[in-house]
Amino acid sequence: MTHPWHTQLAQLVLVLVLAPLLSGVTRKIRSRLLRRSGPSVFQPYRDLLKLIRKEAVVAQNASWLFRIAPYVIFATTWLAAALVPTFATGLTFSAAADVIVIVALLGTARFFLALAGLDVGTSFGGIGASREMMFASLAEPAMLLVVFTVSLFAGSTQLSSISAFMTGPDVGLNISLALALVALIIVSLAENARIPVDNPATHLELTMVHEAMILEYSGRHLAVIEAAASLKLLLYVSLIACIFTPWGTTVAGGTATAYVAGLAAYLLKLGVFGFALVVFETAIAKMRVFRVPEFLNVALMLGLLGAILLFISRVPQ
Amino acid sequence: MQGSATNSVTPFLLNQLAACGVGALLLLAALAMLASRRPLGSRLVYASCALVCAALAGVALCVLLSPDTGAAAVELPVGVPLGRTRLGLDALGAAFAVIVNLTATIVSIYAIGYGRHAGEPQRVVPFYAAFIAAMNLVLLAQDAFAFLVGWELMSLASWALVVSEDRSEGNRRAGLVYLIMATGGAMALLLAFGVLAGPEGAYSFDTMRQTAAFGPAAIVLALALIGAGSKAGLVPLHAWLPLAHPAAPSHVSALMSAVMTKVAVYGFIRIVFDLAGPPSWWWSVPVLLVAGITALLGVLHALMEHDLKRLLAYHTVENIGIIFIGLGLALAFEASGLAVAAALALIAAIFHVFNHSLFKSLLFLGAGAVLHATGERDMERLGGLIHRMPVTAFAFLAGCIAISALPPFNGFVSEWLTFQAILLSPQLPQWIPRLLVPAIGATLACSAALAAACFVKAFGSTFLGRARGPAAGAALETDRWSLGAMLLFAALCLAAGVVPGFVMDSLAGVSDLLTGARLAPQGDQPWLRIAPIDPARSAYNGLLVFAMIVAAAALTALIVRQFAAHDLRRSAAWDCGFPDAGPQTQYTSSSFAQPIRRVFGGVVFRAREHVSMPKPGDTARARLQLDLHDPVWETFYDPVIRFVNLAADRLNAFQFLTIRKYLMLVFAALVLLLVVIGTWR
Repeated sequence: MTHPWHTQLAQLVLVLVLAPLLSGVTRKIRSRLLRRSGPSVFQPYRDLLKLIRKEAVVAQNASWLFRIAPYVIFATTWLAAALVPTFATGLTFSAAADVIVIVALLGTARFFLALAGLDVGTSFGGIGASREMMFASLAEPAMLLVVFTVSLFAGSTQLSSISAFMTGPDVGLNISLALALVALIIVSLAENARIPVDNPATHLELTMVHEAMILEYSGRHLAVIEAAASLKLLLYVSLIACIFTPWGTTVAGGTATAYVAGLAAYLLKLGVFGFALVVFETAIAKMRVFRVPEFLNVALMLGLLGAILLFISRVPQ
Repeated sequence: MQGSATNSVTPFLLNQLAACGVGALLLLAALAMLASRRPLGSRLVYASCALVCAALAGVALCVLLSPDTGAAAVELPVGVPLGRTRLGLDALGAAFAVIVNLTATIVSIYAIGYGRHAGEPQRVVPFYAAFIAAMNLVLLAQDAFAFLVGWELMSLASWALVVSEDRSEGNRRAGLVYLIMATGGAMALLLAFGVLAGPEGAYSFDTMRQTAAFGPAAIVLALALIGAGSKAGLVPLHAWLPLAHPAAPSHVSALMSAVMTKVAVYGFIRIVFDLAGPPSWWWSVPVLLVAGITALLGVLHALMEHDLKRLLAYHTVENIGIIFIGLGLALAFEASGLAVAAALALIAAIFHVFNHSLFKSLLFLGAGAVLHATGERDMERLGGLIHRMPVTAFAFLAGCIAISALPPFNGFVSEWLTFQAILLSPQLPQWIPRLLVPAIGATLACSAALAAACFVKAFGSTFLGRARGPAAGAALETDRWSLGAMLLFAALCLAAGVVPGFVMDSLAGVSDLLTGARLAPQGDQPWLRIAPIDPARSAYNGLLVFAMIVAAAALTALIVRQFAAHDLRRSAAWDCGFPDAGPQTQYTSSSFAQPIRRVFGGVVFRAREHVSMPKPGDTARARLQLDLHDPVWETFYDPVIRFVNLAADRLNAFQFLTIRKYLMLVFAALVLLLVVIGTWR
C-alpha cells in the first residue's frame, strides 16, 4: 500500500526547501559553540539567491561537460534525497529504487563532480578530484557494507521495508546494528566533506578536497552545486534517522494528523542529528589527507564485521 | 546434413542457418585474402562480416526466445573418432551467440571506417573474419571435438591479429606470451574433456551429461578453471591479456577483450554447470576466492596504468572477476538446492557478460579513435580531446559511466543483481561460503568504487583539461562509420540499463537449463521495474530513475534559466589566483592515481617513490622515480621462466657432441627403456 502520489511530490519539495536550512542551522550552532554569533540560519538561502543573480564566469577552455555537470549532480542528488523516507514511508517512488540505488546515484553525482574538477585543467581541480575518488574508493564500500548489514537484518534493501522492520517488535539492541551505525556516521562525515575529513568552510588551502573541485565554478553553476551539497547532507541525516530512529514516521493510509506528527518527528530528528554532528565536528581537529584512509578503513572494517556477525548468527531457514 | 530426433522443424532450421553463418564467415576469410589488399575490398569484407553477424545474432535471438531449444543439432559428416560433428544452439549457447554477434556486428561497422587506416590490411582482415567464425563455432559445438577445433582456431586467429603489427618488440613479446598461455589453456581443456568423456571416449556433450565423470570432480573443476580461466583472464593466468589485447588493432582489441573472454566464460559454464554433473558446495570456494582476487587486482592494475588500451585490458580482468563472483555464488546456491537464488546469481553473471561486451567494446573503439587521431596511447601526453573530438568524447563518457556501475546505465543493473544474490547467501547451510561471501561482497563493493576512480582518471586525463602534447592539440574527429558504431554501443548501454527486465526475461531459458529454476517473469512487473525475488524485498526501476534524472535536470535548468542571470563570461581559469600556468602543471593520470597508489599500492605492488631534488641554486631537473612490482608475475612467472632458461642452458651441452657420444646416448636410452618395460611387466 502506498501513499497518494502528491505525498511523493511533497517530499521532493520538502527536501529541497529544508536542505539549505539544515546547513544554516549547523553553521549557526557551530558558530555559537565557537563563541561567535554567526550568520542567520537563513543565510544559505540568501547565498543561493545572490549567486543565482550573478553572472557566471567560466574558464576559457571549459567544455560542455563543465556546464552540464552541475545540473546532473543536482538532479541525481535530489532524486536520491527524495527516495529516502523522511516524514513518511512507502512513497510512490520507493518501490522504484532501493538503498543500493541511492548509494549509486550519489556515486553518479560524485563521478560528474570529479570530472568537472578535471575539466578546466588546473592543478587544484586535479588535486580535489583525485583525493575525492581516493576517499570514495573506501567510503563507498563501507557504505555498501552498512547497507548489507541493515538489509540482512531486515531481509530487504527497500528503505520503507527496513524502516517498518526497525519499528517492529523483533529488533532490540544488536551489536551488528551498532557497528553499522558507527560506520554510517563515519561515512557521512567523509561524504559530506565534514571536519575530520575535509573542511566545508575552507578556501585557499592545500588540504581542501570538495572546495578544490568546484573552485572554477561561479554564479548560477555554483549555486546549483551548493544546493546539491546541502541536499546531500540532508540525505545522510535522513538516512540515519530513517534506519536507526524510525519512530513517528507516517505509514501509508495515515490521517492528516499522522502526517503532521510525522513531519514534526522528522524535523525533531533533523535538529537532534544536526546538533550532534556539529558538536562532534567542533570537538575534533581536521586530519591530514593520508590519515583519512585509516579513518575510513575503520568504517569499512566495522561494516564488514557487522555483516560477518550477521552471516554467522543467522541460522538458515 | 540431417536432423537427429527432431521434434519440430524450426530449431533445426535455425541451427542450419547458424552453421551456414559460420561457413559464410570462413568463406569471407578466404575471400579476404584476395580482396583485402585494396581499400574497397577490405571495407566490403567488413561490411559483409557485419551483415552475417547481424543475421547470426538474429538467429541466436530466435533460438533464445523460442521455448523448445537444443533439440535438433546439425550433423556434419566429419569428426573424430570416425564420427560426425554436431552443431547446434541451446539456450546457453544462444545467449552467448547473441552477445558475440551483436558486438561483432557493431565492431565490424566501426571497422568499415577504422580499417581504412590499417597499414597492411591483408594481415588483419582475413584473420578477423576467421576469428569471428571460430568464436561462433565454439558456441555451436555440441561435442568436444568441434569445441576444441573452434577454440584453437579462435586462439590462432587472434594470435595472428596480435602480431599483425610485429614491427615493435613489445607486440612480438605479447604474441609469444599469448601463444604459450593459449597452448596451456587448450591443453587443460582437452584434459578436462578427456576426464568427462571417460574411457569409452564419449565426446558428444549429450553422452557426457549422461555418463558420470571418469575422474574426481576436483580435477574437472581445476582444469576448467585453468583452461577457461587462462583465456578469460583469471588471476594468476591473466598475464598475457594486458600485453596481447592492446597490441592488436583497436577493433580487434575490442573483440578480444569484450567477446573472446566471454567465449571463455561460456566454456567454463558449459563444463562446470552443464557437463560436470551436480556441483558440490566446495566448488564455489575456489571460484569465489579466485574471482574476488581477480576483481580487486584487475582494477588496481588498471589504476596504476597510464597506457589507455592497457588500462582497458586490465579492467577486463576486473570484470571477469565480477562475472566469476556471480558464477561462484550460483554454484554455491545450486549445490545447496537453492535453485531460485542460483538462477538469480547466474542471470546476474550472464547479464554482466552482456553489459561488459557492450561497454568494453565501446571503450576500446573510443581508444582506437583517439589512437588514430593522435597516434598516442599514453594518457600522459593526451588531454583536452573533448574539444577536438566531441562526439567520441560523448560516447566514451557513456561507456565510462556504464563500466563504473553507475545508474541509469547497464553496468549498475548487473552489479545490483549480484549484490541481491550476495544478500541471499545467509541461506547457505555451509560455514565456509557463509564466511567467505561477506568478504566477497566487500571486494565487489571496493572494486566498483575503484572502477569509478579508474574511469574518472581515464576520461579526465584523455579528454578533459588541456592538451599535454602537440599530437593531442591537433587531433581531428574520427570518421562517421566509427562514430555511428560508438553511438550505437552507447545507446545499447543505456537501453539495457533502462529496461533491464527484457534482458533478464530472455535469459530465463538459460537459468532453466542450468539450474532448473526461473525467476518470476519481469515483464509482469508494473512500470518496467525489475524485482528478482520480491518487490517488497528489492526492486529497481531503471526507466523511472532515468526519467527522473532527466526531468529533474531539465526542471532545474528551466528554473535557473527563468530566474537566474543569463550572463556568461569566458575568462582565464581562476585557479586560486595563480597566474596562467602551462598545461604541464595539470594533474596527469599518474598523479591522479597517486593517492590510491599510496593507500593500496604499498601493499599490493610494493610501490615505492624516490624523489631526487637538486641542491638549492642548482637548475637541474628534479626526478621522481616510481618502483612498482607485479606480484603475480614475480611469484608465478619469473620462477618458471628462470627454470626453463636454466634447463635450456644445461641441455645446450647436448647439441655439440661427437657422433660416437650420440650413438652411445641412443644405445643407453634404448637399454633404459627396455629395462623399464621389463620391470613394468
